[in-house]
Amino acid sequence: MIDVINLEKQFGDNKVLNGINFTVNKGDIVVVIGPSGSGKSTFLRCLNCMEDPTGGQIIFNGVDIADLKVDINVHRRHMGMVFQHFNLFNNKTVIQNIMLAPIHLQCKDLRRAKLHNTLLPLTNLFRKKDKKQQPAAITTAKSEIVAKSREQALNLLKRIGLEDKADSYPSTLSGGQKQRVAIVRSLAMNPDVILFDEPTSALDPEMVGEVLDLMKSLAKEGMTMIIVTHEMGFAREVANKVVFMDQGQILECNTPDAFFGSPKNPRLKEFLSKVL
Amino acid sequence: MGNFDRKIEKFIEIFIDYNGYVRVLEGLKNTLLIAVVGLIIGIIIGTLIATARVIPKYKIFPRILNGICSFYVAMFRGTPMVVQLLVCYYVLLPLMEVHMTGVQVAILVFGLNSGAYISEIMRSGIQSVDIGQMEAGRAVGLPFGTTMFKIIIPQAVKNILPTLGNEFITLIKETSVVSFVGAADLYVAFSYIGSNSYEFMVPYLVMAMIYIALVLLISLGIKIMERSLGRSDRRH
Repeated sequence: MIDVINLEKQFGDNKVLNGINFTVNKGDIVVVIGPSGSGKSTFLRCLNCMEDPTGGQIIFNGVDIADLKVDINVHRRHMGMVFQHFNLFNNKTVIQNIMLAPIHLQCKDLRRAKLHNTLLPLTNLFRKKDKKQQPAAITTAKSEIVAKSREQALNLLKRIGLEDKADSYPSTLSGGQKQRVAIVRSLAMNPDVILFDEPTSALDPEMVGEVLDLMKSLAKEGMTMIIVTHEMGFAREVANKVVFMDQGQILECNTPDAFFGSPKNPRLKEFLSKVL
Repeated sequence: MGNFDRKIEKFIEIFIDYNGYVRVLEGLKNTLLIAVVGLIIGIIIGTLIATARVIPKYKIFPRILNGICSFYVAMFRGTPMVVQLLVCYYVLLPLMEVHMTGVQVAILVFGLNSGAYISEIMRSGIQSVDIGQMEAGRAVGLPFGTTMFKIIIPQAVKNILPTLGNEFITLIKETSVVSFVGAADLYVAFSYIGSNSYEFMVPYLVMAMIYIALVLLISLGIKIMERSLGRSDRRH
């Protein structure tokens, strides 16, 4: 689904990613671990072009999104992202946080279709008889989109047990609740893959569990996930591919059993001996 | 001070019997019109400029836009409001052969001028919002502009509301210079009363009180707005 070919990223003279080659298939749960400053967060942020890569290609659903000419917003709709500091929209209520993007983007498509249809008589004047276009089919209305998104958002909230918080602001939620809302916010776009950037690092130990449980249930449903984390236990239990990064390179990529049981790379052995 | 009663009598005589109150009301209307419409134009211009100036500058187009915007800001912050009024009324309009009344010119210049100041206020407001908000908006597929106007700017406005109130108060008080281009504001009304009665003490005192009352009202309005915008805040 995602093919990363020779990805490079430089900040000024500081080379953070050094030619990364990597493939993610549908349904994969990839966990990326590594010491601080190894480039794992940058790698993840490059995948949806939060940071524009300075070299290489990222083929996502057949399109090279590292190319700056591509409309990245279209592809980001299919790529959810969850942040370390949650980044819920502070000026919106919980349910608005979830509905905002789906409603906005669907309404935009609707407006565009309507505009296309209104201009069609004019544009068809300049087309040859056999090339005249038919009006685009408009099946929904704005109220319908809003109602549908609201229902979906409520279902998502029910799933994480926060439906009673739908109309409260993010500042009244606990860290674990915020992160779970952030996860369902990215789910609301029905993404093909979700990127997690250290989702549990800013939480206290008690709240880590609830977020990891939600991620596990996503994994069971076959969602493709790429997770940067320090939770080794989670990696061992849920991942089907564990990646070790250091110095901007992927040093080892293996199944969790082989990765933790018989690491080959000396740097990885050293790392594991410290953290396990 | 012995004849203070006499002065008040004279003021009241002019104010009521000689239709002085009509001019004062007219002046008050113009003052408020210039300040309020000027502020609205200023907020629109300021928001657009501030947004243009925080676009990431990898490409050539945002850089040019940024250059134009900083030139605009430098121009309007670098000259006094009176000079801008005079230049606009006596230089630009005749050159372009457009006819505008003094009040219209004043509204235009106040709008353009406050736009320059508000753009800087707004920019600091935008930069005070956590960068993660923008990243989160972009990550769910919203374009830059939408994220800006739906997520960032509402939060920025909440942060800069006290400063915006300051700007409004400044505008109200600065309107006293529009008589330079023949617009009749509060100051013109009261100096008319003063020069008709050869007696300036009471009219100018009343004028000062009206300005103070206006400013106090605005501060109150801003306090109420701050409270209603603070719903999503932890601090209230």
